[in-house]
Amino acid sequence: MNKPLRRVAIFCGLLVLALLIRDNWLQYVRAEELNTHPKNKRVTIERYAHERGNIIVDGKPITGSVDTKDPYYAFKRTYTDGPMWAPVTGYASQAFGATQIESIEDGILTGNDDRLFFDRTLSMFTGEKKTGGDVITTLNGAAQRAAYEGLGDKKGAVAAIDPQTGKILALASTPSYDPSSFAGYHDKDSKAWNDLEEDPDKPKLNRALREIYPPGSVFKVVTAAAALENGKVTDIDAATETPEPYKIPLSTKNMKNHASGCKDASLKRALEVSCNSVFAKLGDEVGRDKMVEMAEKFGFNKEQFIPVRAVSSVYDKNMDRGGNALSSIGQFNTATTPLQMAMVAAGIANDGKLMKPYMIDQLRAPNVDIVTQNEPEELSRPVSAENAQLLQAMMESVVTNGTGSKADVNMPGVRVGGKTGTAQHGEKNKARPYAWFISYAKTDSGSPVAVAVIVEDDAGTDREDISGGGLAAPIARDVMKAVLKSRS
Amino acid sequence: MSVVTNTTTIGAIEAPSRRNTELWLLGFAVAIPVFAYLNVGLAIDGKMPPGMLGYGAGLALLAGVAHLVVRKFAPYADPLLLPLATLLNGLGLVLIWRLDQSPRIIARYDTFTPDAPKQMMYSAIGVAMFVGVMLLLKDHRVLQRYTYISMAAALVLLLLPLVPGLGADVFGAKIWINIGGFSIQPGEFAKLVLAVFFSGYLMVKRDALALASRRFMGLYLPRGRDLGPILTIWAVSLLILVFENDLGTSLLFFGMFVIMLYVATERTSWVVMGLLMSTAGAVVVGSTASHVQSRVAAWLDPFGCLKTAPEGSNMAAACDQMTQVLMSFGSGGILGTGLGQGNSDLIGFAANSDFIFATVGEELGLAGVMAFLLLYGLIIERGVRTALAARDPFGKLLAMGLSGAFALQIFVVAGGVMGLIPLTGMTMPFLAYGGSSVIANWALIGVLIRISDTARRPAPAPAPSPDAEMTQVVRP
Repeated sequence: MNKPLRRVAIFCGLLVLALLIRDNWLQYVRAEELNTHPKNKRVTIERYAHERGNIIVDGKPITGSVDTKDPYYAFKRTYTDGPMWAPVTGYASQAFGATQIESIEDGILTGNDDRLFFDRTLSMFTGEKKTGGDVITTLNGAAQRAAYEGLGDKKGAVAAIDPQTGKILALASTPSYDPSSFAGYHDKDSKAWNDLEEDPDKPKLNRALREIYPPGSVFKVVTAAAALENGKVTDIDAATETPEPYKIPLSTKNMKNHASGCKDASLKRALEVSCNSVFAKLGDEVGRDKMVEMAEKFGFNKEQFIPVRAVSSVYDKNMDRGGNALSSIGQFNTATTPLQMAMVAAGIANDGKLMKPYMIDQLRAPNVDIVTQNEPEELSRPVSAENAQLLQAMMESVVTNGTGSKADVNMPGVRVGGKTGTAQHGEKNKARPYAWFISYAKTDSGSPVAVAVIVEDDAGTDREDISGGGLAAPIARDVMKAVLKSRS
Repeated sequence: MSVVTNTTTIGAIEAPSRRNTELWLLGFAVAIPVFAYLNVGLAIDGKMPPGMLGYGAGLALLAGVAHLVVRKFAPYADPLLLPLATLLNGLGLVLIWRLDQSPRIIARYDTFTPDAPKQMMYSAIGVAMFVGVMLLLKDHRVLQRYTYISMAAALVLLLLPLVPGLGADVFGAKIWINIGGFSIQPGEFAKLVLAVFFSGYLMVKRDALALASRRFMGLYLPRGRDLGPILTIWAVSLLILVFENDLGTSLLFFGMFVIMLYVATERTSWVVMGLLMSTAGAVVVGSTASHVQSRVAAWLDPFGCLKTAPEGSNMAAACDQMTQVLMSFGSGGILGTGLGQGNSDLIGFAANSDFIFATVGEELGLAGVMAFLLLYGLIIERGVRTALAARDPFGKLLAMGLSGAFALQIFVVAGGVMGLIPLTGMTMPFLAYGGSSVIANWALIGVLIRISDTARRPAPAPAPSPDAEMTQVVRP
């Protein structure tokens, strides 16, 4: 009987061998695939197993973690002033994932980042509970509040930048949402989520970074910069040879002017009262390629990462002359994020040096060691210092003599420059226009703030009254005031 | 023990008894689970678990009693079997205790009672069973007398769960009976009793089965009267499958029988016929029983069938379970997350019984699973070695049947859990929670040790030869 016994022994060995091979296939070859499978809840469980680090503004956390005693996901995210900060923080939801800073800096916030390895190892020996690190933002609480409250019930967005460093000071978007409302994974969270998804006003949309709007007249600043840089205008007070009416190139239509006195107006005057004809003609003279070049130097046609991704603003590279003329006054295909327009204002305010915008100042380990310190970085030099100063003079004149008077902060030693915009959009410009305002404040020690405001909403305002100067400028003023006050 | 001597020139050389080796190994088999217990406690609470000393002492006591009994009553037994069983049982207790600590499992039940203390009790009963086998079964050949009683007992045990009022339908499988608040899986004990019946029957009929046959299409077909009992067993195992929804047990019994037939008759045709019969059975059942169909679907493409299965159906549950098990294994990777730090409790209600191997996979990783498979492989190997060494055909067949059944059970359970074959819902011997399983497997180890003791015992000294005596007496 021993011969078949030996054979059966071999068979049993093969059974065990098959199991060993299968296990290697499962746990070595397929481990990565199974471990990162979307159905695998372990990543989420791990993410919420420990107290999450916080996002910090002005030294105070704007987020928190609460121990829910839940057997699956122990800690739930909470937000102070959730709707106000949502465009900055994004959300971290047990059921619906995470976005923006909550997602990008997840490693630091959960404490799983490789850079925290030593910290983790150390606390393993000291027996401390694992917690996440903190993200310290560049934002200014007062400015954010001014922006958020200024927008109020209206639909719109605000982006404010420190022109000298590129630090983002405010990033507001309305209507907003409270990330706390769906931070968990229970029925009420999914109801809150579904309500937000179905809301026609799209509260979850981050309008400051992810929506592109026609910029309208605020884009004229870019056209003016291109005209100066390319030598089409050397004296901003000299009369331009602009006919009235001005015929759009390759078109039978005339460019419509809302302002009077645009015939042969000087560049400065044209910006003050916002003459379409003057800027359309200048844009045409500069030419499409040079206009594209200038717009791109300011950051158009490229996604910006702050480190949250901002969609790329558009200045069409392939349009004809007529399109280029229309684009030069911020119509036609031109479209921009509020952040992009704040960058334009910031570049001019900082004497032609555009700093890369960013909103994370430091990443801090749980033991308050600094993991990463972000330093200001130059993005480009769209205009020379001299031309920047000419542009500043013109923009300041818009506030003192022109359409932007409501933006003046009335503080001694502070100059304010701005530009209004009322962007037509929709089929045959039927839709209610957007009110734009970009501005900066400047003291002797340079400019501490540049801001872009768009008010999309219109309900409650007569169509004729919608104007950048009326709706958006006061918000910009409040934001600038808040920054200036916190500086002094 | 003194060396037996006689007047012949060649004395019997005594094989070393290896009892001290066994004692050393038992020391490791107790120490490793105690450290594992400490590890879980530190990982979950950050402090030494309160029950560690009591638990370690309990395991050491069980191991010590078993060792003393073996030393006294089976001194030549295989030294590896007892330490291997102790180690597996101890690690199983740690894993069950670890799952008891899971807040998710606690939250799932309205009244949660930890399973580890119960398993400790079952282990004690199991060791008592082992001791009972050692004391009562002085010679395994005694079991031959009970061949047909065994067959009757096995049939009764197998059919008990179908008795109304006694059998309990738990999660779709009718393999339990309830007696006085305890639920017992008679199938686990039937495994032992059937092995006894097969050994006894085959020992008697092996020549008839091997030789009294006609050649048909290259196969040796035995006579009908010899074939009868085999067909009966095949039919019974199918019946079990159909009525009790227990694919694993029927596969196990049938496989065990085919192996023993092959060993007894040395005819490959039995293996071919066995394969044909089981394939036919599997096809019939697979195409009729929805329970089996959903298992097969979950095996073929677990993630895919999760999407296609109707919500809330049996199939969706089976697929979900399978995906959870696979992700558990995948998350373990090579070294695992560490004891107490995985999430294998996501698998659900059977995490500590059918799927306990997934916890090994997640928390001890590829290294741990391979170590466990090798431990089981060693038990099988020692069993086969016992069969090879046994001197009587009955002992050979019984040892082979038991270790073959053990091997098949490991393959079916681990293969099912790892997605190699469709899942059948059996338990990993010694590791999984469940009284019947632990007790029956301790009895199985007891029988194997008894056979190995007989097999390794030194040959009795030859009787003094009268011829030799004669030639020495030379009288002048």
